[in-house]
Amino acid sequence: MNAVSQLDQVKTGPWNGGRSPWSVEYGKIMMWFFLLSDAFTFSSLLIYYGAQRFSKLTWPAPDKVFQSIPGVMEHGAPLVFVGIMTFILIMSSVTMVLAVEAGHRRSKKEVIGWMIATIIGGFMFLGCQAIEWTHLHHDGFWWGHIPSAEELKHFFNKPEDVSLIASQQFANLFFTITGFHGFHVFSGVIINIIILIMTINGTFEKRGHYLMVEKVGLYWHFVDLVWVFVFTFFYLV
Amino acid sequence: MSEHSHTTEEHGHDDHAGLSKGKIWKVFGILLLITVIEFIIALVLIPKGIMTQHFGNYVYIVLTLLKAFYIVAYFMHLKYEKLGLQLALTVSFIFIIYFIVLMLTEGGFLNLHMMHH
Repeated sequence: MNAVSQLDQVKTGPWNGGRSPWSVEYGKIMMWFFLLSDAFTFSSLLIYYGAQRFSKLTWPAPDKVFQSIPGVMEHGAPLVFVGIMTFILIMSSVTMVLAVEAGHRRSKKEVIGWMIATIIGGFMFLGCQAIEWTHLHHDGFWWGHIPSAEELKHFFNKPEDVSLIASQQFANLFFTITGFHGFHVFSGVIINIIILIMTINGTFEKRGHYLMVEKVGLYWHFVDLVWVFVFTFFYLV
Repeated sequence: MSEHSHTTEEHGHDDHAGLSKGKIWKVFGILLLITVIEFIIALVLIPKGIMTQHFGNYVYIVLTLLKAFYIVAYFMHLKYEKLGLQLALTVSFIFIIYFIVLMLTEGGFLNLHMMHH
């Protein structure tokens, strides 16, 4: 015992190597750090949106721009459709946690069930977003395109409020930010499908743990988290 | 147990005690409730003039941050992680807050000066 030199002694402190000081598995830490960087990206987009909105005297009114339920009613139902989208995303977040919870009990059947539910939720959200985009596109909004000044009167609180610059900024930022978010949802669905296939194949059963489900769960909740902010700043404020 | 025998399998179990199915549904209920409150503000309180749009915006932001807390703390499980990880992930948002203050000040300045045109 005494022959062991000081250098050769195994250090046991949490920050001396050999184990994670945070008791979190490496892949999970990396997912967290990726999400942190992603949060910065989304923040900069939303902050630019906020700065633009602050600098303009008027802005298209959310209640007027988003007031249709596609296929049901064209006018007079502000926020209802986006409310459905929000509900779908929160719901799919819940099924994802339930998949993670089932993973802890290593219940393969339940993980498969909840993952399928999550994937369906993801597709439903993407479908709704496609409808929402199409609708706004038909109204005349797109990257670099806005309706005529006459038509724009319907999208502002007062006809004299109409601002072409504000409308263009709104259109560009709406499609960029919801597009970037939708792309995240899309990648999330793809990753969820991969994890589902791996679960069905019994990969995690053989590995002895369902940590991968937790990691994709983190990503999926983050997508939900971003939507909470997008929803507030585009549809409510 | 020696420090070197810690494997991923062990971590999977010990850091995941807190979240039962009941708790998951409870958090879901809270998130849903907050969203419903936001809708009531947007569709009833503001149109009827009970609440001003300006005040409503502050309420929306507080409610949004509350929802964000529930998602991160419970669904993403951060509440049950070690303090070190919690700090590593949240302290950096000081920069974001600074960025928000900076850009909104800038936007407000532009707004003020465009009014004179």
